[in-house]
Amino acid sequence: MSVYPYLVAAWLLGVGLYGVMSSRNYIHLIICLTVVQASTYVLLLSVGYVSHGKAPIFADIPTSSVTVDPVVQALTLTDVVVEATVVALLLALVVQANKRFKTVDPNAMTRMRD
Amino acid sequence: MSRGRLAIALIGLVLLVGGLAWGTAGSYGFGHYHALYGRIVARDSVPDRSATNAVSVTTFDYRGFDTLGEEFILFVSVAGVIVLLRRMRGESGRDESLLAEEDRRASESSRWLGLALVGPLLVLTVYIVAHGQLTPGGGFQGGVILMSAVAFVAVGGESVVLLRLRRASSGVELAESAGAAGFAMIGFGGLVATGTFFENFIAKGTSGLLTGGFIPLANIAVGLEVAGGLLVVISELFDQRFTRERS
Repeated sequence: MSVYPYLVAAWLLGVGLYGVMSSRNYIHLIICLTVVQASTYVLLLSVGYVSHGKAPIFADIPTSSVTVDPVVQALTLTDVVVEATVVALLLALVVQANKRFKTVDPNAMTRMRD
Repeated sequence: MSRGRLAIALIGLVLLVGGLAWGTAGSYGFGHYHALYGRIVARDSVPDRSATNAVSVTTFDYRGFDTLGEEFILFVSVAGVIVLLRRMRGESGRDESLLAEEDRRASESSRWLGLALVGPLLVLTVYIVAHGQLTPGGGFQGGVILMSAVAFVAVGGESVVLLRLRRASSGVELAESAGAAGFAMIGFGGLVATGTFFENFIAKGTSGLLTGGFIPLANIAVGLEVAGGLLVVISELFDQRFTRERS
C-alpha cells in the first residue's frame, strides 16, 4: 500500500490554502483556489484506483477486465467543469471590484470599505 | 499576514488537518479500492447500455440526475458572469480602435497557427461529442474544445470573431439554454416513457455510434450548453478589455 498519491493531494491542498491566505492579489488568489481544486482531482482519482486496473473504457479491452472505478472519474469530470465556470464567475467579480476600488489587493479593499 | 489573521488561520488549519485525518483514516489504501457500486457500473455498462465508456454511462445515465444539478451550476455561473459584466453607468461602448491595435500586435506565426488549428479542432469537437458513449470524450470535453477553437482564432489576431460572437450573443445564449433544457427534457422523457426520471428510455442499439440509448443525445445537449456557456463567458470577459470609462 502506497500513501504517496494521498500525500500529493494533501500537499496541493496545503500549498493552495497557504496561497489563498497570504495572497495580495485576487487573480493570484483565484489561481491558488484552482490548486486547491486540483487536490480534489488527485484525491478522487487515487481513491478509485485499483492495482493493475485498466481505464473503464471497454472499447478495446474485454468486459471482464479489472478496471478502476468509473464513478470517481465521473465525479472528477463534474469537478473540472464546475471549477472552470466558478473561476469565470470569480474573475468577473474581480473585474468589477477593480473598477470600483481600483485595486485587486484584498487587504487594500477592506481598508477602502465605504 | 497580520498576527490576528495568522491565529485564525492556525485554528482553521488545526481543525482541517484533524478532520482530514479523522475522515481518511478508514479509507481504502491506494490500489485497494473495492466498493461495489463502481464495479457494478463498470460491469453493466456494456451488456446493459451497449456503451463502452463506463464514465459516460455513469455521468449521463446512472447518475444523470446529479449531472442535471451540475448543469444548472454551470448555467447559473454563466448567468452570473453576464449580470456582473453588464455595461455599467458611466461606461462607454467598446473602443474599436483598441481592438484593431490588439489584432495588429499578433505575430505572423500565431496568426497562421491559430487559423490552421481551427478546422482540425472543429472536426475534433464533432468526433469527441459523437463518440462520447464509446471512447473517452463527450459533451463536456467537446464543448471546451469548441471554445478553444474560437480562442485560437482570437489569439491569432482575428479577435473580430469575438466581436461577431458578441453581436450574436442572443443566439449563443439560446444555444446554451437549449442545451440545458434539452438535457432536462431527456430526463423528463424517461419520466413520461417509463415513470422514472432519467430512465434510459431509448433503444440501446448493438454497435456503432447509435448505442447507449439517450447518452448520445445527452452528449449533444451538454456539448451545446458547455460550448454556449463558455463562449458567452469568453466574449464577455473579452469585451471588458475594450470597454473604457466615459471621460
